Amino acid sequence: MSETIVRALKCRECGQEYAIEPTHVCEFCFGPLEVVYDYDKLQGKFTRELIESRRQNMWRYKELLPIDGEPSVGAQNGFTPLVRAKNLEKVLGVSELYIKNDSVCYPTLSFKDRVVSVALSKAVEFGFTTVACASTGNLAGSVAANAAAAGLESYVFIPHDLEQGKVLGAGIFGTKIIGIQGKYDDVNRLCSEVAGKYGWAFVNVNVRPFYAEGSKSLGYEVMEQLGWKAPKHIVVPMASGSLCTKVDKSIKEFIKLGLIEDAGTAVYGAQATGCSPISKSVKDGTDMIHPVHADTIAKSLAIGNPADGFYANRVIRDSGGFAEDISDAEVIAAMKLLAETEGIFAETAGGVTLGCAMKMIESGKLPRDESIVLCITGNGLKTQEAVVDAIEKPRIIAASLKEFDLLAAADGVLNKD
Amino acid sequence: MKIRVYLNFNQQTVTEPIIWRLAKEFEVMTNIRTAEVREGMGLVGLEIEGDQDVVEKAIQWLDAQEGVHVEPIEQNVVEG
Repeated sequence: MSETIVRALKCRECGQEYAIEPTHVCEFCFGPLEVVYDYDKLQGKFTRELIESRRQNMWRYKELLPIDGEPSVGAQNGFTPLVRAKNLEKVLGVSELYIKNDSVCYPTLSFKDRVVSVALSKAVEFGFTTVACASTGNLAGSVAANAAAAGLESYVFIPHDLEQGKVLGAGIFGTKIIGIQGKYDDVNRLCSEVAGKYGWAFVNVNVRPFYAEGSKSLGYEVMEQLGWKAPKHIVVPMASGSLCTKVDKSIKEFIKLGLIEDAGTAVYGAQATGCSPISKSVKDGTDMIHPVHADTIAKSLAIGNPADGFYANRVIRDSGGFAEDISDAEVIAAMKLLAETEGIFAETAGGVTLGCAMKMIESGKLPRDESIVLCITGNGLKTQEAVVDAIEKPRIIAASLKEFDLLAAADGVLNKD
Repeated sequence: MKIRVYLNFNQQTVTEPIIWRLAKEFEVMTNIRTAEVREGMGLVGLEIEGDQDVVEKAIQWLDAQEGVHVEPIEQNVVEG
């Protein structure tokens, strides 16, 4: 089973194929490149039994990830819990709800560990010794940590005024953090120039096609964890829109390989209203994505001109799904609800996913009597500032039983006397 | 140098000859590689070639145009 089934990089617009190289833009039409596979080579060989016999990490589906042989980076990553959300089901009035909980993804608590491990494994194959990214948060931490574990040099480019917590979340791993005087767009601009000049692997620039494929592992896991079936409905947060397209691709691949039956899965997208170019296009019934200036507390989703927006829109439309967006206040309320009902502290993007799902359940876009999976992609500990004012402050009392008795009585708590 | 950008035009600018003005204003060679106009918006994939400082000034000029969104193609994929 070591033979790779990766065929080529293929332009999603004009279909031109390219050899497997660190490149991501079609030279003919500027379209984005995507990894394509010869699935026929796997027919009859890639079975449930084979997958189940492997260790519980994202690489148990390695044939469908674009690396040669074994991963050299992030070998432990993935295989996060799929939680049956019984308490949330009652609150939302739905019959079958699951949370795919990537807020506990190893090692940096976001689904970025999936994409980064594929990108860096591929970068090592290509012979890169330095990896890099432009980021405002989760990606920086994941690149820094996975590069450190793999013995790679890493550079992380951030806006110079980034929050201290996020700088620390990457800096602890010994990465070289470069703060750029300017806005995030300026950071991006510099990074593309650096990628060309220094010959580094930028996970979200020149090795992007490989990076993006890592997201499929989230979809594979959901299907295996549901008992080898696809959900009827799956809700994903959207920034660039990439995850939306890759979850859809993962389902189609499993159907093609005979691993699951086609359940007619509908894919739904979630955005914050302050940055909702994809959901707006879906709701307007168009496939044109109008760029916006992002303004939301859900910073990990704040991409005003989403690269995969068009493709995410198409997946949502073709699968029979829908997209929705919610206000920042609704994001915080949903974060609290998820934490209070299921004990899961998701980052702001998780609040977006749950909040949008609630809105779509209310409007009837998401049926109450069929299986729904919500994809939670990052951990709330990284975005504490979003909810710091929304949680109850501790009540301070003296170390006295009498004082506690008063407090308990006020709460209506009965004691054993 | 040669830089590749996506230009997004809104309803107001989609009918304006902005790429023609760009080439008049700056000593750059423009090459439209892909384009789509509909529903009150336009998308153009454009190559801009010339001396580095001139290309940079040309990009700044485009950026400053109301209703035009400039996105270098190498960077349009960055997230997170």
